[in-house]
Amino acid sequence: MFGFEALELARFQFAFTVAFHIIFPSFTIGLASYLAVLEGLWLWKKDDAYLKVFNYWKTIFAVAFGMGVVSGIVMSYQFGTNWSVFSDKAGPVIGPLMGYEVLTAFFLEAGFLGIMLFGLNRVGPKLHFVSTLVVAFGTLLSAFWILSVNSWMQTPAGYAINEVGQYVPVDWWEIVFNPSFPYRLVHMVLAAYLTTAFVVGAVGAFHLLRDRQNRGARIMFSMAMWMALIVAPLQLIAGHAHGENTLEHQPTKIAAMEGHFETKRGQPLILFGDPDAEAETVHNAIEIPKLGSWVLTGDFEGEVQGLKAWPKEEWPPLDIVFWSFRIMVGIGVLMILVGLWSGLERLRGNLFEARSLQRLSVVMGPMGFVAVVAGWIVTEVGRQPWTIYGELTTAASASPIETPAVTSSLLAFIVVYFIVFGAGTFYLLRLMGKTPEGGEGVEELGPIRTSGITPGPAKSLDQQPKPAE
Amino acid sequence: MVIDLPFIWAALIAIAVLAYVLLDGFDLGVGILFLGYESGHQRDIAMNSVAPVWDGNETWLILGGGGLFAVFPLAYAVVMPALYAPIIAMLLALVFRGVAFEYRWRTERGRFLWDWSFALGSTVAAFAQGVALGALVQGIPVENRAYAGGWWDWLTPFSVLTGVALVVGYSLLGATWLVLKTEGKIQQQARDYAVRAGVAMLVLIGVVSLATPYLNPVYLERWFAWPTAIFSIIVPALVLGCAYLLFSGLNRGYDLQPFLASLGIFLLCYIGIGISFYPYMVPPSLTIWQAAAPDDSLAFLLVGALILLPLIIAYTGYAYWVFRGKVRPGEGYH
Ligand code: HDD
Ligand code: HEM
Ligand code: HEM
Repeated sequence: MFGFEALELARFQFAFTVAFHIIFPSFTIGLASYLAVLEGLWLWKKDDAYLKVFNYWKTIFAVAFGMGVVSGIVMSYQFGTNWSVFSDKAGPVIGPLMGYEVLTAFFLEAGFLGIMLFGLNRVGPKLHFVSTLVVAFGTLLSAFWILSVNSWMQTPAGYAINEVGQYVPVDWWEIVFNPSFPYRLVHMVLAAYLTTAFVVGAVGAFHLLRDRQNRGARIMFSMAMWMALIVAPLQLIAGHAHGENTLEHQPTKIAAMEGHFETKRGQPLILFGDPDAEAETVHNAIEIPKLGSWVLTGDFEGEVQGLKAWPKEEWPPLDIVFWSFRIMVGIGVLMILVGLWSGLERLRGNLFEARSLQRLSVVMGPMGFVAVVAGWIVTEVGRQPWTIYGELTTAASASPIETPAVTSSLLAFIVVYFIVFGAGTFYLLRLMGKTPEGGEGVEELGPIRTSGITPGPAKSLDQQPKPAE
Repeated sequence: MVIDLPFIWAALIAIAVLAYVLLDGFDLGVGILFLGYESGHQRDIAMNSVAPVWDGNETWLILGGGGLFAVFPLAYAVVMPALYAPIIAMLLALVFRGVAFEYRWRTERGRFLWDWSFALGSTVAAFAQGVALGALVQGIPVENRAYAGGWWDWLTPFSVLTGVALVVGYSLLGATWLVLKTEGKIQQQARDYAVRAGVAMLVLIGVVSLATPYLNPVYLERWFAWPTAIFSIIVPALVLGCAYLLFSGLNRGYDLQPFLASLGIFLLCYIGIGISFYPYMVPPSLTIWQAAAPDDSLAFLLVGALILLPLIIAYTGYAYWVFRGKVRPGEGYH
């Protein structure tokens, strides 16, 4: 009924829509927490500069959150439309986890988002702060559940198979806390925080480069650089631990990431090269002898399996995994360097004058997103040819949908996403281009949120709207 | 097992979908009517009346879909491919209207674009949902745990009819919501829309109700055989009662009554559909029990649902309470 074609298209459609989706959560998870910190600082220090920065990012958050929501709704229906066999089989195990995501996280976010965005005048600062905290907590809960789902697909545990071929739950604790989940959760949440920190840092740096005295920009830049200094090294540690875990449970993926073909002691660490599945070797490899074994096993002579230990049908696509991994780690290392540099400048009392650091920070702004998408590609493409690792192949997961149907939906997604999210990105950049100091700057573009400008109940009742035209 | 978990879950999913239809119904309805309002101030107010709550309303749709995935995975796996085109259309339409809530305030020159995107997105989403409902009522063939029809099967005169009916129905909800939340000229216009949508809605309910029993002999039997036939009398009578309350409320200038009456009409139609459906999850192929996941899955999620749903209803209610009353012109974005 459907050939290879429809399957390829469905895979591409899923990858395209989920890669778009993840861009927004990785920003909103971090930004929600950042907003909570800013509002807390404002209430604690009673310094309106924090409120200004809060309002500045709140507007940006609202736009990004909207994009996250609509792209996420698409995801939750795609399991059924395009991966119906997978849904039927895995539904009894992962469905309830996603059900919990809706019940615990999405409702919470949605319920308090309205109050957070529009409600300061109506509920007062204290309750408003609570709402901001709740929204931030909701985004983290959402990450908890969806990553548990994803991790179960990587390292399934706690299940049995029933007479109609469905995966059925045996032990919920083992399912939720499956072997790769803690690592993935930590790594992803840190990734979201880092991504956000570098966006905030870039915006702060951009405005500092124009005006060193800009108070809001100083706050942003300083906070962001603290995050880079502390969290980027943590991410290296978390990523490393994640990799060790993967070596234990998905050794083929690690072999593809590292470009190891032979099983041997003293594996090199390949920095760059050109992996070739046909010739079963990495051409032009630049490598450090024995370091690979040390990174993965803690022993320069440790034995690490290579791809040839498995039948070729079980190899994931090599180039994609190999290169995405290097992009992610490369950006991770850059982030650490930025953090260290900022620490140095801070020690010298020179943080706000360091022009080169600030220029570099502007360039680093979007890098978190690149690393996040690259990381997910490593994880997901590295899992191929399986949807449920070692259990259910991708080819056996797809819906019986005809090629023209998938072709049209894929084209529609591509066109719509580029238009809609392209416009959104443009608006976001324009918002970020406004200085955090001039409240009017935001107003020009249309509305200000009166709710944010005047704390305390109902002071702005008499403000009349500006006619739009 | 003494407790019939699949049945409880079918009821819960039905309630989630009902909550979705009632809640997102009115904010989609506001979108459907949106272009009827003057650009600028009037549209700002109309949109602000739903801006703080639309996200929560749409979450019920995720619960409907996600819940189906969790507790009736087979039904989810069959229905989604069967309704592929309308579902994708609905999702894309929701993208267009969802982003409009923010984008529209981010540009002066391009605002009309997002006004259109809000209005068309809402209309197409409503229509696609109606089509999906119609196609489901008509029945979906299943073989070997998979959808066994073609990819155009969902498109029939009946499903187009239900699509139109839902667009009209949502605009009735939207109009009466605006009557409740606005004042002055906007409210006046909303009353006018409500009258027209109300009349059209009643006609369409009549046509759909007459057509449904003839689609499938089971429905016919259900509606005209004893004892279910009682409902064939009671439900239409109650619909007429609600219609009376709707029009009299609009006439006398009440704010709340028309909205409640429209909700009542929707509720009754929904019960009517439920009567036709039962005991099927996917008529005429899968019953509730055939489609259900194993009891372990149902029980695990049920514990959470029983604790969390009341909480959700409580804080959602609180959010509505915070934004009660008429939309204040200067508030939120304007
Ligand atoms: C809940 C489960 C889940 C989650 C959280 C993710 N994925 Fe995934 N991914 C799948 C479940 C899945 C899947 C259903 O299992 C797919 C579809 C086809 C396949 O092979 O796996 C898949 C495929 C898939 C592919 C295509 C691989 C290929 O066909 O070669 C890519 C690139 C991604 N995903 C990327 C992502 C990104 C960027 C994510 C970040 C949000 C992500 N995935 C989260
Ligand atoms: C591929 C699987 C995924 C599905 C099916 C999915 C589903 C959804 C849905 C339905 C929404 C909208 C919820 C709302 O209305 O508030 C959403 C938003 C969200 N998702 Fe995903 N998601 C997926 C992947 C992820 C991943 C991997 C993460 C994070 C680690 C994530 C984190 C979030 C967060 C925090 C939100 C809140 C909205 C936002 O931040 O923009 N999701 N997702
Ligand atoms: C600094 C060095 C880093 C190392 C050693 C590292 C290591 C890893 C490894 C081994 C995986 C694959 C896990 C698997 O599926 O088996 C992974 C995935 C991932 N990485 Fe990294 N990473 C690093 C930096 C970063 C940075 C800076 C970001 C983003 C800001 C990031 C974001 C991600 C994401 C989103 C995933 C996919 C989700 C997951 O499986 O956790 N990583 N990382």
